[in-house]
Amino acid sequence: MTGRGDSAEQEWVDDHAGPVVRPYAVTGGRARPVTGTFDLISLVTSTRTDVGSESGLGPEHVAIVGLCQRILSVAEIAAHLDLPVGTVRVLLGDLAARSLVQVREPRATTAGLPDEHVFEAVINGLRAL
Amino acid sequence: MDYGRSERPTGAAPLPTAIKVLIAGGFGVGKTTMVGAVSETRPLRTEEVLTETGIGIDDLSGIEEKSTTTVAMDFGRITISDDLVLYLFGTPGQDRFWFVWDELALGALGAVVLADTRRLADCFPSIDYFEGRGTPFVVAVNCFEGARQFRLDEVQAALDLDPGVPVVLCDARKRESAKEVLITLLEHAMKLREARRRAAED
Repeated sequence: MTGRGDSAEQEWVDDHAGPVVRPYAVTGGRARPVTGTFDLISLVTSTRTDVGSESGLGPEHVAIVGLCQRILSVAEIAAHLDLPVGTVRVLLGDLAARSLVQVREPRATTAGLPDEHVFEAVINGLRAL
Repeated sequence: MDYGRSERPTGAAPLPTAIKVLIAGGFGVGKTTMVGAVSETRPLRTEEVLTETGIGIDDLSGIEEKSTTTVAMDFGRITISDDLVLYLFGTPGQDRFWFVWDELALGALGAVVLADTRRLADCFPSIDYFEGRGTPFVVAVNCFEGARQFRLDEVQAALDLDPGVPVVLCDARKRESAKEVLITLLEHAMKLREARRRAAED
């Protein structure tokens, strides 16, 4: 960015201006992912350690692949990147379409309460904390 | 073969399953405090940006001038085991965000409704919501210093709860206390599930 651009920004952006980057700017205006639904607690893991050679990915895509070297939920990715969940869903759709991430949808989104053994596992896990 | 790509080894362990519990209640009742007390990291915050034009929009280009509202949700994580991760979500306080609640409540194991006896009415909307949806819930009375101590049966009567709904005292700041509340909820949810299964068989 040029020095002139910087000064123009300082002139316009004050405390009342809101976010400088509008939420869907990083998705090119898209509000829906090309694939997938991505619940808040869908778990995501990268299928590669490095996507630097992939064309057509933005810095946010690369950041998600970096974050998801460990397993994270959609909500955690959004929180770590400080982006709205809707924006992250679109970016994850791009990555899923290229098989750069693997996604596990949560249990029982439609089927009601899960099996008894899930409850027992959670109760035992909490007791052990 | 392309050795430039660093593929993850095939046959890696399958991804764990995520489950969630909601922490609801009025503004300032200690929802985020409870999430933080029992989670393995400090509470994280995630935001949903809602446009005035609402749900069903596929492309936002050209409507940049429409007003947007941000709904923030605080949440935490407890890794139960290699194949199970529990998330705790504090529900957004304002009643006008019910549709965000719908998304949160979908698939939730249950909910903790935090209550403050000085402002008991603040938790009525949460109770109504979970009763209406059939989501298992418990009421946890957060014991604020200086608040008059109520008996639990008084709270139960004041909230007009079904007799089966557990009401417990808690200190949302304390890990052990928050853990106990969650265990009470899960035991209650498990009982409800069993009762519903039996009712469906009859």
